[in-house]
Amino acid sequence: MAMAALRREGRRLAPLISPRTITAVRSSPLYPTLEDEGPLGVRHISTQVVRNRMKSVKNIQKITKAMKMVAASKLRAIQTKTENSRGLWQPFTALLGDLPSADVKKNVVVTISSDKGLCGGINSTSVKISKGLHKLNSGPEKETKYVILGEKAKAQLVRDSKKDIELIITELQKNPLNYTQVSVLADEILKNVEYDALRIVFNKFQSVVSFVPTVSTVLSTEIVEREAESGGKLVDLDSYEVEGGETKGEILQNLAEFQFSCTMFNAVLENACSEQGARMSAMDSSSRNAGDMLDRLTLTYNRTRQASITTELIEIISGASALEG
Amino acid sequence: MLRRASMLLACRPILAARARPFSTDLPAAPSADATFTEAWTKVIPNMDPPKTPLSFMQPRPPTPSSIPSKLTVNFVLPYASELATKEVDMVIVPATTGQMGVLPGHVATIAELKPGVLSVHEGSEMTKYFVSSGFVFIHANSFADIIAVEAVPLDRLDVNLVQKGLAEFTSKLSSATTDLEKAEAQIGIDVHSALNSALTG
Repeated sequence: MAMAALRREGRRLAPLISPRTITAVRSSPLYPTLEDEGPLGVRHISTQVVRNRMKSVKNIQKITKAMKMVAASKLRAIQTKTENSRGLWQPFTALLGDLPSADVKKNVVVTISSDKGLCGGINSTSVKISKGLHKLNSGPEKETKYVILGEKAKAQLVRDSKKDIELIITELQKNPLNYTQVSVLADEILKNVEYDALRIVFNKFQSVVSFVPTVSTVLSTEIVEREAESGGKLVDLDSYEVEGGETKGEILQNLAEFQFSCTMFNAVLENACSEQGARMSAMDSSSRNAGDMLDRLTLTYNRTRQASITTELIEIISGASALEG
Repeated sequence: MLRRASMLLACRPILAARARPFSTDLPAAPSADATFTEAWTKVIPNMDPPKTPLSFMQPRPPTPSSIPSKLTVNFVLPYASELATKEVDMVIVPATTGQMGVLPGHVATIAELKPGVLSVHEGSEMTKYFVSSGFVFIHANSFADIIAVEAVPLDRLDVNLVQKGLAEFTSKLSSATTDLEKAEAQIGIDVHSALNSALTG
């Protein structure tokens, strides 16, 4: 049985052992071979390659574990802020309703994404939804423009929709997110882009493992009045008395801008939460994969090591038995 | 291998527990989304349509036939929900046209707020906040939504800093050259004088 085992070892070794020539060619240091020479020309199978792989996989596992911890702590910090800001957009939807299927001439799609990568598929989902909205709202006399927040969406959208991009804003999370910063951004967007409907695409944070792509629609004042008059699903704004200001339109304009900045604030926070959550789960699965790979490599390493010991033993024993005759 | 199987078994119930949404988001019946969902599935059949805010909101109760006894107030700020569906007797909001008292059964109104004092009256107690600006929506079903950018309870304000700020902005207004600077200085003066009257009055 031992001989059978040794024979099996020999067979497994066959692809590893390269045929040797009498004129032993020294392998160049640039190409590590599986064989190296010991004293008296005894052959050892080298475990160097496997050992190097094990070391690098272990380092990767440590790095991804650390990244997961960092993402978890960042998530904790931003999650309370997000939950507190959830009350901000609800009054607007309660007043004006939500009409994502509004048929307008000038659509603006605001895509919110992250600056850093390694966060799973959330940025690709946002970009796919944005492209879907673009397709949905395409037609004669209709146009859709993009406003991009974040590097990742910029990289993906610049490739095929470059002419449709109006504004690109990056490095949003350099300072902790706050309402002042977002309202300045919203002001910039409203000043520079003509719009009838603004559609904000982001990932809503439902739980650490679930991120729902969502689109919030903010309609300009004229469209709101048009939809209300046509008896659509929007509430009739005429039933509301508008206090103050010279004209009703002025107050409603302020309302639309305020609604946009509030919805943007919530959207940016939710997306940041989703980013950290997605990064946590991506890094977690990556560490687990690295652990699996390390287990498999350890087995290969042990097999290689045992095979080389066995080869040595065989050679010694066969040499000794040849001497005895 | 057994280790991995036991890990999977342990992970799945944890994942199921974590997949429950937070209590701040209660799913309501989506009503107006049908046209959007149809249009989406026609054009982009491979992807699920994105969710819209209506599916994350609790629907509001319809207008009752008789005037309810209490006013339900939602007072929200970007950083917190100060009051969430709280039943009160009356709120006084600083609208641009002056202090406006809101009682149950108030006519539906949209009003912009100017810097001033907001007071919430519940029974015998009264809470006062200084709000910077915002909007108030009063719905026909005696729901009032107050959305402010900043609101602080009055006892957190420092009189000396208010006086200093007022003086600073008055001098800025006199030395302002461009329209933008003038407007900014004027806003500063408005806010600080409102703060002043809130603290003294």
